[in-house]
Amino acid sequence: MKNRWVLFVPLAIMGLLFGAFIYRLVTPAETLIQSQWIDKPMPLFDLPPATAGVEGLKSSQLADGRPRLVNVFASWCIPCRAEAPQLEALKAAGVPIDGIAIRDRPDDVAMFLREYGNPFDRIGSDMQSSVQIALGSSGVPETFLIDGKGIIREQIQGVILADQVPGIVAKLEAMK
Amino acid sequence: MRGLQDIPRFPAKAGIQSVTSLRSVFAALGSRVRGSTPVFLIALCVFFGPTPATAQDRLPPAPYAYQQLRDPAQEAKAKALMEELRCLVCQGQSIADSDAPLAGDMRHEVRSKIAAGESPAEIKSWLVARYGNWVSYDPPFDGATALLWLGPLLFLALGGWLAFGRFRRGANDDEEGAA
Repeated sequence: MKNRWVLFVPLAIMGLLFGAFIYRLVTPAETLIQSQWIDKPMPLFDLPPATAGVEGLKSSQLADGRPRLVNVFASWCIPCRAEAPQLEALKAAGVPIDGIAIRDRPDDVAMFLREYGNPFDRIGSDMQSSVQIALGSSGVPETFLIDGKGIIREQIQGVILADQVPGIVAKLEAMK
Repeated sequence: MRGLQDIPRFPAKAGIQSVTSLRSVFAALGSRVRGSTPVFLIALCVFFGPTPATAQDRLPPAPYAYQQLRDPAQEAKAKALMEELRCLVCQGQSIADSDAPLAGDMRHEVRSKIAAGESPAEIKSWLVARYGNWVSYDPPFDGATALLWLGPLLFLALGGWLAFGRFRRGANDDEEGAA
C-alpha cells in the first residue's frame, strides 16, 4: 500500500457527514418564510369592517402620506394577545396602526378588542386569508411597515417585543 | 396539521443553545421544536393532544378549500398545481395534502384563479413573487439548487472515474501476474 493515510479518507468523509447532520439537528433550518413582497406597493384590496363600530380597510387608504403599520392578527391567535401592549405603546408614540383580522368572526374580534384594547384606526376582515396571501404573509401576528406612498418597506414576523418599539417608531419617522 | 398556524410564532429562541447531553439531541431528533426534554413533551402534547379552541379560527373553510371545480379539466389543472405548492404552516406537506386553514385558503385562491381563467404558470409566479421559490416543490435551476440537480451527474462521474481506475489497475495486475 503506497499511502496508508488514504484508508482514512472514507472515515473522514463519514465524520464530516455526521458532523453536518448533528449541526442541522442542533440548529434547525429557519422555518420562518419571509415575504418577498417588500419594497412593493400594497396589493389592492377592499376589506369590510372586522366587527361593528370599526372602519374597514382599503389599500388606497394606506397611501395618505403618513407612514404606518399594518398589523396582521386574529382573535384566535394567542401570541397576538401578548403583542397588544406593544401595539398600544406604538399608538401612544403616535404611530398610526391599521389591522387585518385573519379568518375571524365579528363577535370574536369585538371580544378581543374589549379584552386587549384597540390600537387600530381601521380593521379589515380577511375571511379567506386572501390579503394575507397577497402580502406574502405566512402566519399571525405579522406587522408590515408601510411608507407614506403605500409601499411596503419591512415585514416583522411574530410578536413585536417591547424592546423593538423604539426602533419601529424611529424607522417610521425616517420614512416621513 | 390543524391549528398550528401560530406555533412558529412563539419566541423559540430559548432551548438548544447549549446541547450538553445526547438526550437533547434526541429531543431535537424527535421534534423540530427547539428545546430540552420538558419543552419537547409540551410540544408533543400540543401536536397530538386536543387543540385548544382559542388557537384555532372558528370560521368554516373557504368555499374552494375542500370543493372541486365543476369543470374536470380545470380541476385537474388546479390539483396538479396544488400538489406542487408547499404549505406554509405544515412545511413538509403540499397545500393539496395539508389541513391547515391557510392551506385551505391557498387552495381556494388557486381554484378561484384557475376558474377565472388564469394559467397555472401565472398563479405559480404570483405566489413565488410573494413567498419566494420556497413555496414551490419544483424550484428552478439556479445557484441554490445547482448542486441538487448536478449532484447525480457529479457522483456518476466520480463513480466512473473510480471504476475506470480500478479496472485498469486490475488489468495491469493480470499482466504482471502473467509475466
